[in-house]
Amino acid sequence: MNKEKDYIKDLAEIRQMMERSSKFISLSGWAGILAGIYALVAAYIAYTLFNFKPGEESSITPSDMLNVILLALALLVLALTTAVFLSYKSASKRSEPIWNATSRRLLLNMAVPLVTGGIFLIIMISQSHFNMLSSISLIFYGLALYNAGNFTYKEVKILGVILIILGLISACFISWALLIWAAGFGLMHIVYGIYIQVKYKR
Amino acid sequence: MKVLETGFNKAFESRIRLGIMSVLSVNDVLDFNALKEYLDATDGNLASHIKALEKEEFIGMEKSFIGRKPNTRYFITDLGKIAFSNHLSALERLIQSQK
Repeated sequence: MNKEKDYIKDLAEIRQMMERSSKFISLSGWAGILAGIYALVAAYIAYTLFNFKPGEESSITPSDMLNVILLALALLVLALTTAVFLSYKSASKRSEPIWNATSRRLLLNMAVPLVTGGIFLIIMISQSHFNMLSSISLIFYGLALYNAGNFTYKEVKILGVILIILGLISACFISWALLIWAAGFGLMHIVYGIYIQVKYKR
Repeated sequence: MKVLETGFNKAFESRIRLGIMSVLSVNDVLDFNALKEYLDATDGNLASHIKALEKEEFIGMEKSFIGRKPNTRYFITDLGKIAFSNHLSALERLIQSQK
């Protein structure tokens, strides 16, 4: 029957509208996987090339510390660029604007903990307190993800909680900080990315 | 408010109006431009459907200023929530009964 088809279409459209207007679903799992790989590579470089071993303050020279900071910044830019680029591609494939009220809210909600954490990191670095950098970055990023989880896949919320916990653990075991950081930013991103890709995209 | 025997609400008999109700039922408030983006509608078309829903008191609006620009934000009313959910149930029932 023609009418019946209409109603089913109505319902499908309603569901799609509700989802589209409340969840940002253009984020690709690949963004997580790639960000995780970048993070693992960066952690490896920091450890081997720049002698970055948290907990053994004396072992790192100021120039190596500067290199580590630059490396972290490069990692941040690279991961963000990848995420934006892949989201843009995925959104345009479904001919949806990437910059809509939902993505604006998503970013705004992430921005508050992220900017706070960023400033906190800068303050710590400027005072040469390097011990907590891993912990701070994990915790504030985790808080940002927890917030973001309200506006995108709910798994992001779980990822956020895991990173917060890792951040707290890392604060207790300074000598493990880099390893825990790599587990959080590297491994967890990859696991999350694969999960999203398998569950939602295929 | 005209409610047909089957539980269908005349006020929701257009795609745009269904869209407005769906979007507002999952968002606290949305401004005109956000609605326009989600529904992919023209200004005039959207405005007339909003007005119709407002008349039924299914949605409400609040006016404020961002700087000097007026900003109108829309939200769903309790009446609107009930009417929309009744409409959805009616849709479901109808589809079920025809299976």
